[in-house]
Amino acid sequence: MKNPTQNVNLSRRAFVINGALVMGFAMLPGIPRAFADTEVDTLGTTILAPDLPGSLRATPYLDAWIRIDAKDGITVYTGKVELGTGVKTALLQIAAERLEVSPGLIRFLTADTALTPNEGYTAGSHTIVDSGTALFNAAAQVRQLLLESAARQWQRSIDSLTTRDAVIYDTQGRSMTYAQAVVGVQLHRFASANSPFKPAGSFTLIGKSLPRLDIPAKVSGGAAYVQDMRLPDMLHARVIRPPRRGSQLLEIDEAALRQLPGEVKLVRNGSYLAVVATDEWLAVKAMREGYAKARWTEGNPLPDSTHIHQLLTELPARRYPVSAKGDLPQPLPRAYKARVTKQYLMHGSIGPSCAVAWFKDGTLTVWTHTQGVYPLRAGIAEMVGLPVAQVRCIHAEGSGCYGHNGADDAAADAALIAMAIPGKPIRVQWMREQENLWEPYSSAMLAEVEAGLDDSGRLRDWKYELWSTPHNERIVNAGRLLPAWLLANPFTPAPSVPIAQPEGDGDRNAVPLYEIPNLKVDMNFVLTMPFRTSAMRSLGAHINIFAIESTVDELAARATIDPVQFRLNHLSDPRARAVVERVAAEFRWPHKATGPGSGIGFAFARYKNIMGYCAIAVQLHVQRQTGQVMIDRVVAAVDVGQIVSPDGLLNQIQGGIVQSASWTLYERILYDASGMHSFDWSGYPIMRFPDLPQQVEVHMIDQPDQPFLGAAEIVQGPMAAALGNAINDATGKRLLDLPLARRGWQDALGS
Amino acid sequence: MITLDINGKTHELDIADDMPLLYALRNQVGLNGAKYGCGLGQCGACTVLVNDKPVFSCLTPCGALAGKSVRTVESLGSVDQPGPLQKAFIDEQAAQCGYCIAGMIVRAQALLEANPHPDDETIRRHMAPNLCRCGTHVRIFAAIKSVVAQGGKV
Repeated sequence: MKNPTQNVNLSRRAFVINGALVMGFAMLPGIPRAFADTEVDTLGTTILAPDLPGSLRATPYLDAWIRIDAKDGITVYTGKVELGTGVKTALLQIAAERLEVSPGLIRFLTADTALTPNEGYTAGSHTIVDSGTALFNAAAQVRQLLLESAARQWQRSIDSLTTRDAVIYDTQGRSMTYAQAVVGVQLHRFASANSPFKPAGSFTLIGKSLPRLDIPAKVSGGAAYVQDMRLPDMLHARVIRPPRRGSQLLEIDEAALRQLPGEVKLVRNGSYLAVVATDEWLAVKAMREGYAKARWTEGNPLPDSTHIHQLLTELPARRYPVSAKGDLPQPLPRAYKARVTKQYLMHGSIGPSCAVAWFKDGTLTVWTHTQGVYPLRAGIAEMVGLPVAQVRCIHAEGSGCYGHNGADDAAADAALIAMAIPGKPIRVQWMREQENLWEPYSSAMLAEVEAGLDDSGRLRDWKYELWSTPHNERIVNAGRLLPAWLLANPFTPAPSVPIAQPEGDGDRNAVPLYEIPNLKVDMNFVLTMPFRTSAMRSLGAHINIFAIESTVDELAARATIDPVQFRLNHLSDPRARAVVERVAAEFRWPHKATGPGSGIGFAFARYKNIMGYCAIAVQLHVQRQTGQVMIDRVVAAVDVGQIVSPDGLLNQIQGGIVQSASWTLYERILYDASGMHSFDWSGYPIMRFPDLPQQVEVHMIDQPDQPFLGAAEIVQGPMAAALGNAINDATGKRLLDLPLARRGWQDALGS
Repeated sequence: MITLDINGKTHELDIADDMPLLYALRNQVGLNGAKYGCGLGQCGACTVLVNDKPVFSCLTPCGALAGKSVRTVESLGSVDQPGPLQKAFIDEQAAQCGYCIAGMIVRAQALLEANPHPDDETIRRHMAPNLCRCGTHVRIFAAIKSVVAQGGKV
């Protein structure tokens, strides 16, 4: 093993990538300008122009976003990627709106390290906030420059000119295409802080539901995913992983592999093993033979899952104060106390990770469904020992990832194998059990809350303590790529650093938005665990909002105040109040469900306390004998600022409701000292059609001319909390250990 | 040599009997619709029709398909001329990442060919073998229902 200090980047860069925040938000109200000095944002980009909006801060040149010429027409670039949320179409709408051209006239390119801006990761509900805001401004500024060019050439005032579909017209019937007007315009210039204003009332694309560009191919068998790539003479690879983390390869019977029909190559580097064949099924057979014939050391022990939350409190941890105000009495008088737990979860992509790599003429090209082509490129370059300029990462869609799944690691696999077999494109497809056993998990977590009321029934005291392993083990060095651990000269992961507030890591949304005079929130950031954990949709917000909203319901009951009214009593932000009131009205809260085991539950959160608002009410019934939970009705209201695509937003909220219900009711990774048991869908059941909510209503509150706030993750926490509150209402039991409807859970209900 | 009848065309393939149909479809025949998801018959991403019944192509060995007809999502229509279910999925925008969608459409096709007027409960039960992780179920259900509402003709 190399000396860790050789590989572990303890420099400022590694620290600030993880530790510093979020510059995409300077335009939003409530974000202290003090953050503007930060050089690198949480998504991995360097800030060059702190006064510019969105991702223009990191990529200020207009021609990094938009190029216009006679040959290709209008090309628009984004450094973000399509993960299945529809952002490619939404970003195109924004660019087309502000260029004032039909979307069909734009050639739109997503993340590619050779072509597009570096926008770090496509994560954290940031895409429309970062890239959408950049394009919203850059496109308007480019159009303005083109108008100025035409006005100069015609010697007319800009106000007298109009544009339609990339053609500029004057009042005398003269016309000039954008490609003609761009001649003599220098687009390689910094964007300005201010852009031409266009009132939302005159938008023709923003706020309209443009059909997604990618869906027709996906319903008809078109080549839509990296899995569908077929390059000339492409070889198929499979990896052979150790039985568990820490296992070292003792030996492998290579002769057995040679007895397979057809040509199979074994790639071996330390404990790293892969097989490569001309035919995919042959590669699978060789992989199976390899698993059978490889002998390994035992590897790291696994803990017993029964005591995992106790273990979290005993392991080495760094304590991060998250928020403190007022004067919290100790101990809290007449406090409500709760201990809330969450198990390890997996992203559970339907398609296991895949990548294609090709080392040709000194350049390594990797097609990958990573969320961040630039950070991945740097990690791969370090791992294979190539200069960054000789590695190109191109995003190609994969199955939905919902965070840091196996995508980057599969890309690293493809890169390692392609370097071992130069000149041939290599396609690596992980098997289901490889994804389940080796993807970074969402951390098991523990939260302890103590909260109390004053004599008038208002929240007065709030103490919250959290234990979690990391939620952001993104690729800041080669050691963050799993295959790099297995090499003869292995790399060590960079030290873990939590994403700072207000974005938050395990502590995302750990601070209630409610007005509470005395409050203390702390996070214990646990540094050593048997499982690698990283980002999964909403990070700690899922359990934190669940814990906060369960506690709020309990305190409302103590105060004998309706839980919705109780929330309103502690919310002054009018937009927060608006989503709460909208759901209450549409749901006809507290309209009770009828029938045995029926219950209703309510929840609210503003994502990260700075992004989208979401309130939700759930009606369900619990079948006590079987433990089955049937969700009868879900009513949600969301405010994500100016809505770009109403149908895209609706799709995200509907999907988030179902996914969060699955996490909250059913999901946990099964393991014990003998090993991991969630290696397939029978060991990790997720929601299927029969348990689908019967009715889902989503109300969208548009905010014309207001900043984009992001949408994709805002419902995960509120849906979990509303389910918990509804189950409490249905059964009279306050369940605080997720998942709520796990196997045998009816025991928890009592008789 | 193995002879496969796929989407109405006969293919003579020099492959092993034990090769799952999924691999032959994707690599030997060059079709993208059937997807690898689990290789275990637990997720339905690889669903195709064999003699009009939905099967997991990841578990079906090519050697067991002599004399049987295989249909994939490609047989139901194209981008330019989508079939009724494909059109309904586009109209409802019933996809997020879309990786499961071809399997969903094929499984729904099997249902509607046998029963053009299924009730809601029947649709849910029938679709249970197919997993979606994005939570697009609400829209998938709506897309199937919209075809049923138009007479269920697929």
